[in-house]
Amino acid sequence: MKFAVVVFPGSNCDRDMYYAAKDALGEEADLIWYKEANLDGYDAILIPGGFSYGDYLRSGAIASTSDIVTQLKQQAEKGVPILGVCNGFQILLESGLLPGAMLRNQNLKFMCHFEELVVENNQTIFTSEYEQEEIVSIPIAHNEGNYYCDDETRAKLEENNQIVFTYKTNPNGSVSDIAGIINEKGNVLGMMPHPERAVEALLSSDDGLKLFQSMLVNWREKHVAGA
Amino acid sequence: MKLVKVHITLKEGVLDPQGKAVQGSLNTLGYNKVKEVRVGKFMELTMEDDANVEEQIEEMCNQLLANPVIENYEYTVEEGVTQ
Amino acid sequence: MLQAPEITPEMVEKDKVYQEMGLTDKEYDMIKNIMGRRPNFTEIGIFSVMWSEHCSYKTSKPLLKKFPTEGPQVVQGPGEGAGVVDIGDGQGVVFKVESHNHPSAVEPYQGAATGVGGIIRDVFSMGARPIASLNSLRFGNLNTGRVKYLFDEVVHGISGYGNCVGVPTVGGEVQFDDSYEGNPLVNAMCVGLIDTKDIQKGIAAGEGNTIMYVGSKTGRDGIHGATFASEDLSEDSESKRSNVQVGDPFMEKLLIEACLEVIQSDALVGIQDMGAAGLTSSASEMASKAGMGMEMNLDLIPQREQNMTAYEMMLSESQERMLLCVKKGEEQEIIDIFKKYNLEAVAVGQVTEDKMFRLLHKGEVVADIPVDNLAEDAPIFHKESKVPAYYEEYQKMADYVPNVDNHTETLKQLLQQPTIASKEYVYDQYDSMVQANTVFSPGSDAAVVRVRGYDKAIAMTTDCNSRYIYLDPEVGGQIAVAEAARNIISSGAKPLALTDGLNFGNPDKPENFWQMEKSVEGMSAASLKLNTPVISGNVSLYNESNGQAIYPTPVVGMVGLHESLDHITPSQFQQEGDTIYVIGETAPEFGGSELQNVLEGKYFGKAPVLDLDVEVNRQGQLLQAIRDGLVSSAHDLAEGGLGVAVAESLFANKGLGADIKVNGDVTAALFSETQSRFLVSVPEAKREAFEKVVEDAQAIGIVTNTSKLVVNSEQEQVINEDIESLQQLWKGAIPCLLKSKA
Repeated sequence: MKFAVVVFPGSNCDRDMYYAAKDALGEEADLIWYKEANLDGYDAILIPGGFSYGDYLRSGAIASTSDIVTQLKQQAEKGVPILGVCNGFQILLESGLLPGAMLRNQNLKFMCHFEELVVENNQTIFTSEYEQEEIVSIPIAHNEGNYYCDDETRAKLEENNQIVFTYKTNPNGSVSDIAGIINEKGNVLGMMPHPERAVEALLSSDDGLKLFQSMLVNWREKHVAGA
Repeated sequence: MKLVKVHITLKEGVLDPQGKAVQGSLNTLGYNKVKEVRVGKFMELTMEDDANVEEQIEEMCNQLLANPVIENYEYTVEEGVTQ
Repeated sequence: MLQAPEITPEMVEKDKVYQEMGLTDKEYDMIKNIMGRRPNFTEIGIFSVMWSEHCSYKTSKPLLKKFPTEGPQVVQGPGEGAGVVDIGDGQGVVFKVESHNHPSAVEPYQGAATGVGGIIRDVFSMGARPIASLNSLRFGNLNTGRVKYLFDEVVHGISGYGNCVGVPTVGGEVQFDDSYEGNPLVNAMCVGLIDTKDIQKGIAAGEGNTIMYVGSKTGRDGIHGATFASEDLSEDSESKRSNVQVGDPFMEKLLIEACLEVIQSDALVGIQDMGAAGLTSSASEMASKAGMGMEMNLDLIPQREQNMTAYEMMLSESQERMLLCVKKGEEQEIIDIFKKYNLEAVAVGQVTEDKMFRLLHKGEVVADIPVDNLAEDAPIFHKESKVPAYYEEYQKMADYVPNVDNHTETLKQLLQQPTIASKEYVYDQYDSMVQANTVFSPGSDAAVVRVRGYDKAIAMTTDCNSRYIYLDPEVGGQIAVAEAARNIISSGAKPLALTDGLNFGNPDKPENFWQMEKSVEGMSAASLKLNTPVISGNVSLYNESNGQAIYPTPVVGMVGLHESLDHITPSQFQQEGDTIYVIGETAPEFGGSELQNVLEGKYFGKAPVLDLDVEVNRQGQLLQAIRDGLVSSAHDLAEGGLGVAVAESLFANKGLGADIKVNGDVTAALFSETQSRFLVSVPEAKREAFEKVVEDAQAIGIVTNTSKLVVNSEQEQVINEDIESLQQLWKGAIPCLLKSKA
């Protein structure tokens, strides 16, 4: 399986994402600078965290206007799995690939620590290796992770099972404790917590590894004969 | 030249924790008449003269400057000083 | 603000304009002598910043010479952007600490943010990827609105900048004392990882080679920042706000990535960041170090503001700027790399052979100075030193004997002392995990960052108990180094080297200079004994407000190496049934202790005793035991003594407790701050082997599963308390102080 990790100016979890795919999962991965990107031929696209364009204007806003987002939309349309983490999630929201928007954390502070998440939907290509309702320990690190959407959107998310992860204890004020959501089609996942930081027990948790393993298992089922 | 002043505010109903914090602080300082604070953004754009300036500003606000999910915008267009 | 063009060289001399820039009459005469004529306004400005303490170390140089700086592990000692130590496999660790005290006192968010940015640039300009940041912060007590504001904004600034550039802030320390009320300390340390073959130097060598400028444009911000850092803070410091620079972490992040790519290019000769004294110091130092001269055309400097004078450009401290020396004819290669990151590299001058620092602006020569006189050969002054009266008084005092009735209540009070209490409020705001290498994040004795792809990790810490140093600078200086090494050892690593952040008051006062002198002597002795040479550092003097000096605060930033990931050892107890040991004997030592502060509201008397031979021996034995796999956890005994250390060891793993027996005087056993001690837990099966390796270990109790801390003396039970309630007090203390109305 071949992963593309899209690097924007100011991305800073790009290498972490790359190593998660390459070392922890043991698959192929390329770091792709946003200017030179050609996303054809990749089996999955990872949008890493960080501060693209310094978080200036709004987190993810400026990145979402770049050419590569047009390509991203085409790939999403084709059904290629796309995972956006933290700033990657914010970029997916700003570009309209996922519904809603991010506000500043309710306590107005950046926060970085492990959070317990609840797997609300294990019927996705990103979560099939988890148990339904499994509690996983994955770190957050954000200043604007307070997910907001209007009631209509929220009802729709709930109805379609698009809420994939929630916080066991809401740290930032997110609507419905939302930590991660998926698009209706089921191939674009955005989440604030960082699964790529939780792929080794040495670093306190490997609960994030199953997310990447789910992507691999589902890709194999689809693409490898006899799997 | 035109000087465009854009005000961006959070939509009504969207919680503004920063505004709340500022309000709390003002109240602590003794300004008890302050009942609500909403914090927004203010931008100044210096633009070349163009027949459809307003149309372009609308576009810019919708595309980038404001996030329609959470924000509203207003703007004024003034005659700018040629630099 | 002074304006350049209308001030003639004659006026500079006659009106003593140089005094406003911080130069003395004597220094002016020296400069006139060097130049063989009256220096013009731009030239005198250049001298004033290069000869400021911040750039020239003119006061501290004689002291800094006392530090041991060599050892087989040292790849690069003091003198470059940062020092480098060898960690095997062709790799080195690059690190340095730097202060940003005065800017933070005036504009805490930007002051702290740009402090972080500056030290990160020092590290990547060596060619290293920054892999971790730490900091050492000092504030007044959290009982005034101003102090709370400084505290919150400094933390916010570190968080805002550090998180954005993607360098994890993995550790640090925060302490509070009234002496820092008007003059907080913000010392930032950065650690980088490098293949030693890639080490860069800040040199401008090779006649005719091109000098290139890259990064943010130059504005009028921060003019005279280096001089500002070399004066006392006064009432009108607030009005110097315009001096403070504004940081752009996004630009810094682009510069990191671009420069790390550029160092792989053969076209690059040297690279240095524009730190204090901006373009002036980077350019003149690069030329002086290479034994060359430099000519720059200021018309080519990218400028953010209009009509900037030569003086303003040379003294600006605009952030996120780098100066490069590039082989003539190969500039395009460098330009192209920067272009990828949307950055513009601009040729602004060339290396000359004549050892002159020559600046052209609008077709005229605006400065022409022998470059060595600015940098290498800046003057040195020997200050007067005098033993302060308070020290003599403290030395004569009888040993302080605290009177404690209720040890449980005292422990609770200690756990709520801001210096001891949990700093989670602070470090939760730092991204401590980006880069996905952080094994132990803030809150551990030492932070531990693994080296990806190798069976090794790097331990790092910042430390300085300034109360001991105030009471006895020499012993306190030794303790600062020894305690940093204890932190590294406890985590299972071997200490390699240190960087020092020397923060003192006005050195013109002989008592202050004595504190400097003695603490440097103490630190030197300990560094030598513990084999941790000083490889980089920073000096910040004039830390006073309204005539009152801070406690002498020579911060120690230390780095160590875990030779295997298996050696990494947590500071908290790990499992029920382990035996709890204290390594080292306990004497009743309370001078400068936290208990003294709780009971008396101040620190006085003698500092604890330190025997460096004992220290070296114990550290060596504990490290051996850890490497032999005999230890579950290790924690050094510091502020608050054994009682606090045991409680802290129980605050991580929910459900564990400890049952402890103390002999003799209970107050001393629990709260004395005797040095060279560790708290260790050892699995039952490994006790015998452990006791063979570690000579001075006494078993004092056992790790239980009761979630309770139980302490018995020879006569009675003195503490029986739920961990949960202790932990809440410890965690809640700082947020509670911040919320309470000033």
